[in-house]
Amino acid sequence: MLSALVGVLFAASIYLMLRHSTVKILIGLSLLGHAANLFVFSAAGPHRRDPPVIPSGEEAVSHPVADPLPQALILTAIVITFAVVVFAVVLVHRTHQTTGVRDVDSLAKRE
Amino acid sequence: MNALVVIPVALPLVAAAAGFLFHRWPRIQERIALGASVALAGASCALLWVVRREGLLVTRLGAWPMPHGVVFVADLLSALLVCAVALLGLAVVIYASASVGKRRRAFGLHPLVQVLLAGACGVLLTADLFNLFVWFEVMLIASFVLLALGGTPSQLAGATKYVTLNLLASTFLLCGIGLVYGLTGTLSYADLARTLSSTRPDGPFSAAAFLLMAALAIKSAAFPFFFWLPASYHTPPPAMAALFAGLLTKVGVYAMIRCATMLFPEELQRASVLVAFVAGATMLTGVLGAAAQKDMRRILSFHIVSQIGYMLMGVAIWGVRGLGGAVFFLLHNMAAKPALFLSVGVVEHDRGSSALHTLGGLARQRPVASLLFLVPALSLAGLPPLSGFAGKLVLVRAGLDGGLWLVTSVALAVSLLTLYSMIKIWLKAFWSPDPRGDDAPPPRDTPRRMIAPLAAVAAATVALGVLAEPVAALCFDAAAQLLDREAYAQAVFAAGEGR
Repeated sequence: MLSALVGVLFAASIYLMLRHSTVKILIGLSLLGHAANLFVFSAAGPHRRDPPVIPSGEEAVSHPVADPLPQALILTAIVITFAVVVFAVVLVHRTHQTTGVRDVDSLAKRE
Repeated sequence: MNALVVIPVALPLVAAAAGFLFHRWPRIQERIALGASVALAGASCALLWVVRREGLLVTRLGAWPMPHGVVFVADLLSALLVCAVALLGLAVVIYASASVGKRRRAFGLHPLVQVLLAGACGVLLTADLFNLFVWFEVMLIASFVLLALGGTPSQLAGATKYVTLNLLASTFLLCGIGLVYGLTGTLSYADLARTLSSTRPDGPFSAAAFLLMAALAIKSAAFPFFFWLPASYHTPPPAMAALFAGLLTKVGVYAMIRCATMLFPEELQRASVLVAFVAGATMLTGVLGAAAQKDMRRILSFHIVSQIGYMLMGVAIWGVRGLGGAVFFLLHNMAAKPALFLSVGVVEHDRGSSALHTLGGLARQRPVASLLFLVPALSLAGLPPLSGFAGKLVLVRAGLDGGLWLVTSVALAVSLLTLYSMIKIWLKAFWSPDPRGDDAPPPRDTPRRMIAPLAAVAAATVALGVLAEPVAALCFDAAAQLLDREAYAQAVFAAGEGR
């Protein structure tokens, strides 16, 4: 189920990134970030669900628990993606303001 | 805890924070950046010296037992490149303080350069995959802003492509790292090297390897992923273009070498034909793209791509000689390429343009600046006794010994075409008569703070060529250290158990 969702997200973001409009590319970029984060999440084995907390009075956990590390990684990745997407939004907005162009092909002529 | 390993990352970050605090006083910002860059250069030379004498330096941040926790490791390769990054950073900071306009400096150019340096040093010194990703992002975000800073239409158009494609590469990198973690349960280089040398993980390990290599290939502008580079590198001020040319793609190549030697050396050797093909195609497309251009900056941007091909050729050859050659070529490029961009900056300062049809007569009017273009240009083309000659000699000999005839002959042919490009610039911009005729205004004085760093970087390419023997020996040592991943793992684990 999760992997199908990751696949759909990747497909949608790549479709959007191949479009002409810079705004659609932007939406594609943010979807791509979500897709990658979910991918990392699913690659680390989400079937182990119990929280990784040692019960009181015991020395170690006795049953399989969720691995907290990928979630910490994803948390970092989300922050980074968020920052970069915000920068990209401002960049696209400024590009539109100064060049008046929203189309990638006519942007190529402005280099 | 060995502080020397952390200083090259911490120092520029502190300087950047301090710089942003003084954002109303560009003058103080500039002083902070200068001071920090001098200190960084000193610290990184000390790091290189210590690593050369004592071997690997390992620092654990926090008291986590190995293989958990964040570890910084400086081996010979990291130390060499950190040293090059720091020295180049110092030259660019001095150059930028004289050449970049007031408005851009007021928007925090100097602190951003420090963030970029911190990111690059972080990538070079970190010892686990996820931190590699994080430091790459730090470096990229700083470069995004530096590229767009100033907001001219061409800069914004270039930055849009640069940001989009680099974001895509970062996503691939993250996916590759996620897969590696899912398959092996660890991300530290040392632990990965140990695990992967004894067992082969089930599942799509080669997919993970391909994702990592593709992501790093985009970041280092290898064929067929290089299109973002010529579309954006000619737009920012020359000082920034020089910094990007010397740092960003080179750090990508470093990460590629590091991942290949630590994670999948056998797989990479099995795929050496593919790597050699990518290397040859990168050289050829880069140099042919440059031949079609008529602007100094654009020509040089395409040559960055073609030079990356030589480093990949070293990776394809593998072994101490191949990887050592790649490392030497990295160092050569971190001097020659920025020197070329800095000299274009001098030309632009004088004439206000770098389009070849507007230039001419520079050799007579600006003899010093012309010489400072000619030296790195000939070095790039590979003429003795400059660094490019030594780098190509090492690589070509290793390629012939390794039996990679095709890519070696491509490398030699591309060398000739590089010489053609450089001569094209030289003849048109420097030797032909001035197209403005006799009524041209007298040449503008170039500030000494622009000429001095340019001369220093150009002298570095001469020094690398003249001192090729000891430098190459150092590079071979670095490559031997890279190939012995068991010793690396042992050193890191031993440092973990030490306290």
